[in-house]
Formats: sequence, C-alpha cells, structure tokens
Amino acid sequence: MRTGNVAVLVGVVIGATAVAAEIPLSERKSGYDFMGPDTRAMQDDDTTNPGMLWVLDGEALWKRKAGAANKSCADCHGDAGTSMKGVAARYPAFDAGRGRPIDLEQRVNICRADRQQATPLPFEGKELLALTAYIGRQSRGMPIEIGDDERTKPFLEAGRDLFNRRQGQLNLSCAQCHDDNWGQKLAGAPVPQGHATGYPLYRLEWQSLGSLQRRLRNCIVGMRAEPYAFGASEYVDLELYLMWRARGMKVETPAVRP
Amino acid sequence: MARALINVPAKAKRGEIIEIKTLIQHEMETGFRVGTNGQVIPRDIITDFICKYNGEEIFRADLHPAISANPFFTFFTVATESGTISFEWSGDNGFAVSETATITVE
Amino acid sequence: MTHDDDIVHATRRRFLTDAAALAGSLGLGLSLTVTPARATPETMRAAIKKVVGEASLQKGKVKLDLPPLVENGNVVSVSVSVDSPMTATDHVKAIHIFNEKNPLPDVLGVRLGPRAGRASFSTRIRLADTQTITAIAELSDGTFWSASVEVIVTLAACVEVL
Repeated sequence: MRTGNVAVLVGVVIGATAVAAEIPLSERKSGYDFMGPDTRAMQDDDTTNPGMLWVLDGEALWKRKAGAANKSCADCHGDAGTSMKGVAARYPAFDAGRGRPIDLEQRVNICRADRQQATPLPFEGKELLALTAYIGRQSRGMPIEIGDDERTKPFLEAGRDLFNRRQGQLNLSCAQCHDDNWGQKLAGAPVPQGHATGYPLYRLEWQSLGSLQRRLRNCIVGMRAEPYAFGASEYVDLELYLMWRARGMKVETPAVRP
Repeated sequence: MARALINVPAKAKRGEIIEIKTLIQHEMETGFRVGTNGQVIPRDIITDFICKYNGEEIFRADLHPAISANPFFTFFTVATESGTISFEWSGDNGFAVSETATITVE
Repeated sequence: MTHDDDIVHATRRRFLTDAAALAGSLGLGLSLTVTPARATPETMRAAIKKVVGEASLQKGKVKLDLPPLVENGNVVSVSVSVDSPMTATDHVKAIHIFNEKNPLPDVLGVRLGPRAGRASFSTRIRLADTQTITAIAELSDGTFWSASVEVIVTLAACVEVL
C-alpha cells in the first residue's frame, strides 16, 4: 500500500475516534425506550411507581413551616401544581446572584437559607430528594427547555467539554458510551443515550430515589475516575449540558430506571 | 411514619371483584450486606402485611428478605359491602404502620 | 450456569476487586453484597417440604409470571395466579414462592380465602442470580400445585462506592 493512502486511512480512523458525534435531535431516545415492559409499567402508573412515595413526602414538606422565618414553601409559592409547572423543565437555570447556573437542589437550598432562614438540606438526603421529586413531578410531560444565551454559554461549553473528556483509569469519556455506543450492551445491560429526563428517579440498583448527581457519580466511578464532591460546579455544568442535550424531550420525573 | 401509597376504588358494585394496590416506603435491609466497617448490617425488614375488610382478614403476606425494598403488593377482593379496608405492616425493630381506605359498595 | 453467566460474573467480580483496590487507595470504604451462604436446590427442596409435608406436589393450575430476562435483580416483578373458583368449598388457601440461589430459599407466603374473588397477586422480589423460581399453591382440598420459571438476571454496569 502506498504511504499516502495509509496516512489518509490512519488520519480518518484517528479523526473518527477523536471527535464524538452528537446524536441527531430526531434520533434521541429516552432511557425509557431501553427498558423492558415491566420497568416501563412501573414508571407509567402513579399508584405503583416507587418514586411517588418521595413525591408524596415532598407534597407534605411543601406545606411544612420551617426556619426562623417560620414559612413553608406554600406560603410564598402557593399551590405547587400551578407555581411549579414548567420549573424543573428549565433547570439548571442561570442565577444572577451567583453569576452562574444552579440546579434545582441548589435553588431549593437558596430559598431555605434566604427566605425561610432555615439550614440548607443535605444533598441526597430524604427531604431534598422529596422536594425536588415533588417539584419535578409538576413538570411531567412538558418539554425540557434550557436557555442557550450569552450568560449560560461558557458553562454549557464547560459541561460539553466534561462530557467529551476522557477520564479515569479506563480513559473513557461520557460521549464514547452515550453518543457513540448507545444501544449496545455493557455487561448485559443496554447502554442508553444518557438523557437526564426523569431525575430525581427511582433506580432499581439503588432501590431508592436518587438525584442526577448520584447517577453521575456512579458513572464516574464506573470509569474509575474520582467523583467530584456533591454540589460541585462541575456537576452543575454537566447537568446543564445534559439537559440542553435533551432539549425538547419530555420530563419524566419521577422516572424508574434499572 | 413511613409513607404508604394505597389504591382502592372509591366505589364498586356489590359482588364486583376489585383490585387493591399497596406500596410502602421501607429499605428492607436483608441482613446479608456488609457495611463500610466490615460488619454485617443487621436485618431490618417488614415481616407481615395484613389487609382487612370491615375487620375480616382478606389478604395476608409473610415477607422474607427477598422482597424488594419499598414492598409492593396488588391483590383482589370481592366488594361485599361499604366500609373500611385497613392495612397493617409490621416488622423488625417494632416497625408498625396502619392505613385505611373507605369504599362505597352499591 | 451458562458460559455467558461466567463471563458476567468474572467481569463483575474483577470490577469489584479492582474497585475495592481503588477505593482502598482512595481511603474510601466499599460495601459489597456478600452472600456467604447460599440457598441451593437442596435447601429449596427442604423449605418446600416444610410447607407441603408428605402430600404430593402436582404441576399445574399455577401461573407464575416473571420476565425471562431481568434488568436488575433488586426489583423483579412477579405475578402468581391460580386457576380456582374461589368459593367457600373450593379455593386457594395459600401461595408460597421459593428460590434456589438467594441466601434464603423462602421469598414470600401469602394467605388467601374465598373473599379474594380471584387467586392472584403481584409483588416485586430480589433475585441474586440467574435461577429457577417456584410458586406453590395450597388448595382448600389439601392438594398442592406448583409452577417454576427460569429467570436470567443481569447486573448493573455502573454501580457506586458508598
């Protein structure tokens, strides 16, 4: 073979592996589509979805007074069915006070600190999960709408970089599984496209409701990289990118996933 | 109290067979997992679930650690008369939760 | 166990060993689902004998519904229904579910009666491994009927370090 052809062939192969191809918008599928009928049935029925246990807890917490201000969420926001409709569908959202996007968990804690004068709720604790599940449930069925403007652009790019960056002992990037190899199997389980449409969700592996950050930590450990601390800005940048990547897809909170 | 989610039809015709669905929040710790300190995490499960229709037992379950967390049961009963359907879960470490639902039978 | 199961187990075992090593080097703890003693087909038979006694166990009447391929062994949907008129004189008294590879052979015991209308229920169970599940129904006339289903259990790929 002539040297020139070999060089071109090698160049094409290297090029193909170096640049992950984003999934075309029309080919996007929710993790729901990769599940079996039993798991789908679990998600579809509110009377049998284990995530609803947390949503009900969240409904009670919404009305409970807290903090030195002795206020409940309902005191300011009224009926969540009205006031929270569409909110989870546009988070992470830019927070002018902090000059960067924040996720829903952070938003709840900002309210607790600033408006209720209450201590922030611990990440991945039962109460924060219940509240974010309840708030997320109010957006179920609505399309995800992440703002793509000058303010969020640098953070979206940071999130995109993280998604495409090889990390850890396995030197894997998120994109290599979820953009390039979705639909194929990893240790017997189908690789989904990785759209964060249903968080917080009931993961059968956890036998509990958990946040997107918890799932990201699982992925990062799976790649044998060191996970960031809960609440790290890297997660929020990545969440922003993931929600932007899922724009237009419907919110499924509380979803059920294997 | 642990959150429970119960689904009983509010109304039924006499003699109709109705479906009852129940879900309760509980980790169902098996007693076979080893914690970060190397010690076995002790068993902590729901062991009994009893459903009564106006005081008469219509469904009873003996649960073992193999029942998934957040135990889920659906079962059937004949709608005989209006009244109260009661649900009782009990288990390790004094776990005891009761819930009721009313049904109108025409 | 099939060859595929061996590969899955070897991969999972290797991952856990490596993850434990990594966790150790990072100073983290690692929680493993350890099953020091497992039920075997023999312990399952013994557990079944405790329920059935000397009566004969016949195949039939019982329909046991489990997905043939399970996405996660932690939560497996199970339905059992028994062909019975559920009258005062002819009904299902109890339904038992057994397994052969979890640490314990018993899964669930359900008590029914004529008030059920239908001898059928659903629940969610844990299965530690690919195995055979058996459901046994005890009828009001003292007879025992059974059905068995073989289930393949896959494991989650990306898990967590506590």
